[in-house]
Amino acid sequence: MTAADAKVLRIADLHVEAQDSQGQWHGIVKGVSLELDRGEVLGLIGESGAGKSTIGLAAMGYARGGCRIAGGSIVANGQELAGADRDELRRLRGVRMAYVAQSAAAAFNPAHRIDRQICEVPVSHGLMSAEQALATAKRLYRRLRLPDPEHFGRRFPHQVSGGQLQRAMTAMAMICKPDLIVFDEPTTALDVTTQIEVLAAIREAMRGEGMAALYISHDLAVVAQVADRIMVLRHGKLVEAGPAERILREPAEPYTRELVNVRRAMAPEKPEPATPPQLEARHVTASYGNGIRVLRDVSIELHRGTTLAIVGESGSGKSTLARVLTGLLPWEAGECLLDGRPLAKRLKRRSKSELRRLQMIYQMPDIALNPRQTVREILGRPLEFYFGQRGAEQLRKVEGLLEMVELPRDLVRRLPGELSGGQKQRVCIARALAAEPEIVICDEITSALDPLVADGILKLLLRIQNESGLSYLFITHDLATVKAIADEIVVMYRGEIVQRGAKRQLLSPPWHPYTELLLSSVPEMDVRWLDRLLAAREVSSTAPEPAASLPAPRP
Amino acid sequence: MTLRSLSFWFGASIVGFFLVIAVIGPWIAPYGESEAAGDVWLPFSHEFLLGTDSLGRDVLSRLLYGTRTTISIALIATLLSFAIGMTLGFTAAVMGGFVDQIISRAVDVLMSIPMLIFALVVLALLPSSAVILILVMAILDSTRVFRLARALALDIAVMDYVEAARLRGEGLGWVMRREVLPNALPPLISEFGLRFCFIILFLSAVSFLGVGVQPPQADWGGMVRENANAIGFGLVLPLIPAGAIFALTIAVNLLVDWQLSRSGLKRVR
Repeated sequence: MTAADAKVLRIADLHVEAQDSQGQWHGIVKGVSLELDRGEVLGLIGESGAGKSTIGLAAMGYARGGCRIAGGSIVANGQELAGADRDELRRLRGVRMAYVAQSAAAAFNPAHRIDRQICEVPVSHGLMSAEQALATAKRLYRRLRLPDPEHFGRRFPHQVSGGQLQRAMTAMAMICKPDLIVFDEPTTALDVTTQIEVLAAIREAMRGEGMAALYISHDLAVVAQVADRIMVLRHGKLVEAGPAERILREPAEPYTRELVNVRRAMAPEKPEPATPPQLEARHVTASYGNGIRVLRDVSIELHRGTTLAIVGESGSGKSTLARVLTGLLPWEAGECLLDGRPLAKRLKRRSKSELRRLQMIYQMPDIALNPRQTVREILGRPLEFYFGQRGAEQLRKVEGLLEMVELPRDLVRRLPGELSGGQKQRVCIARALAAEPEIVICDEITSALDPLVADGILKLLLRIQNESGLSYLFITHDLATVKAIADEIVVMYRGEIVQRGAKRQLLSPPWHPYTELLLSSVPEMDVRWLDRLLAAREVSSTAPEPAASLPAPRP
Repeated sequence: MTLRSLSFWFGASIVGFFLVIAVIGPWIAPYGESEAAGDVWLPFSHEFLLGTDSLGRDVLSRLLYGTRTTISIALIATLLSFAIGMTLGFTAAVMGGFVDQIISRAVDVLMSIPMLIFALVVLALLPSSAVILILVMAILDSTRVFRLARALALDIAVMDYVEAARLRGEGLGWVMRREVLPNALPPLISEFGLRFCFIILFLSAVSFLGVGVQPPQADWGGMVRENANAIGFGLVLPLIPAGAIFALTIAVNLLVDWQLSRSGLKRVR
């Protein structure tokens, strides 16, 4: 073995191109080079479209449909992958290199037990007998701190939680002891508290097994916890590379500095509201058709011109609360009031004016805008529906709305498919504003966006609130967003409110244990944050899941 | 010229040809629809370009008249079946719950009865008229349209833009017309072509069996039946209307294929 072979991966001047609908090829990765030592973890960071996933796949000699590796060399363990034939690559993939995708739920076959799927690769490649594979799988379950490692794999994918499935997928990637694992946003779809567990388990297993990894994420704080070195990418080019600690402490490039210092939007302190609440829920209890209570005795008050943040993990009932308030899900007990007047349970019973005053913005702008309507139609309809505006008057108003959300006027003729994610979300905001609402319910509106874009959206919302005195009901799992925008905070856990208060009061102790867990789970821009957190929580291989210390849900 | 555009032009020219014939056919026909113009079973000649049938009627003239009958009945029936199927399908998908259950189960009942036998019984019992024929075919075929329309609309109804429209207070009709329909349209257009072919074949089948278009009115299926015996004497006569059925269905299918590949539905992910 020569000295060059000591590198697990050596990518030189990689070019990847994608084909557009006209058949033209455009570069999406433009001359990126990287090297990876044995046992080293390299973090790839950048916003969507930066080419980080494309590089991750290219490291395995793969290009997505409609893409091609156009130039450069990819040498893994001294073997050239660019231009290698399919059989060659098939022998390497899954064995010498493995891939962990963002959505484990989509990667597992729901019809087979986890064990069978994890043991499939080593057995079919003839590396292990079935018994050996099973023993290795169990060892990995233990290493990844999965509960009951002896029997964990007997379950089907739908019988384990999302965080556990993500760790099972990591076990699947590790079972052949590959030299290289590519992690593509493995914790992005998880709740913050679950993210910690998965992150800690992955990191520990990587160190224990001595494998090299590419860790891809859009969240710099997360990458910094696992990566030795970090490469910042933008528009398919390298911006900056260096040891994780140096990147966080002394970012050299302006773009990296922006990433490190993101989340600068900040709501000004407001005086205590003296007015009666504008939107109120009193002792609301609600459940879906299957009889499972999703909301238990929930009361909230939203005051004019303020922002109330509802915080909680998936399953906490925060989105259900939005559905109840908007009339999509009739509640069972309690009442909801708008400006002191009771709201009808059902959408159909509400007056046009009630509907108009309460608007909603969604998490995924892609599916919140009809792909076959132009921006003009999307924004024009509420104007026509609520105010009867048509023609030139309507167009002027539409252009005014676009201006208000800081979009160019000439977008009126565009379809949503021609807009970027951030632009789409701004159109969604403009659609809500078109109704001249008093209250806007924002359901996780920044969680599908890149950090810098999300920051821009938050600043926009704050500016509009300042100008027009709108009230926001802000539903989110992201405490960084809450810190930026909220005046008052309500923390929900399994359908109940566990703590509430003004922002300053709630963000300082004493905390409810769940609030404390949530707060401490937000990744910080510090490479030793996870170490400190784990030391503080004294997580050992036998520790129960953090949530176990919380009150059990009532049936 | 690519294969795709070739098949488009081929299909479009045949369909266009038949549509023109359907409009102008009766004016260019050399003889009347049921006029006994000559001897029976005459071969092709200058006088009778496609010969005469068992009653001595000019086959070309009957084919021209039959084009109008067959295409207009099939087109109206297909349009009607789409109107029924799409309205019910979208309603079931957008409203869901109880309404969906009622409509879907009723459609299941209708679909569980073999279509041809059901149509034969109904058409034999009811007085034979074009209106009833169209209604029976449209209702039976709308069950298939319903299934597709409902499945498409179900995927669209869960989108947040549909919820946003409902939260705005939009009525069911607006949601279906403006939010659901434009997004369901490309596959439905293809389905329209296919269902049109099936209706032509179905119409030909019931006419062949004697409960469809009644003589002396000419239609393609009925012409095959009237002249079926001729094949025993080595005459190609029944193959002429059969060939017209064949050509039109193939042409429509080519157009559907082109439309599907254009809207990218063929590239299944």
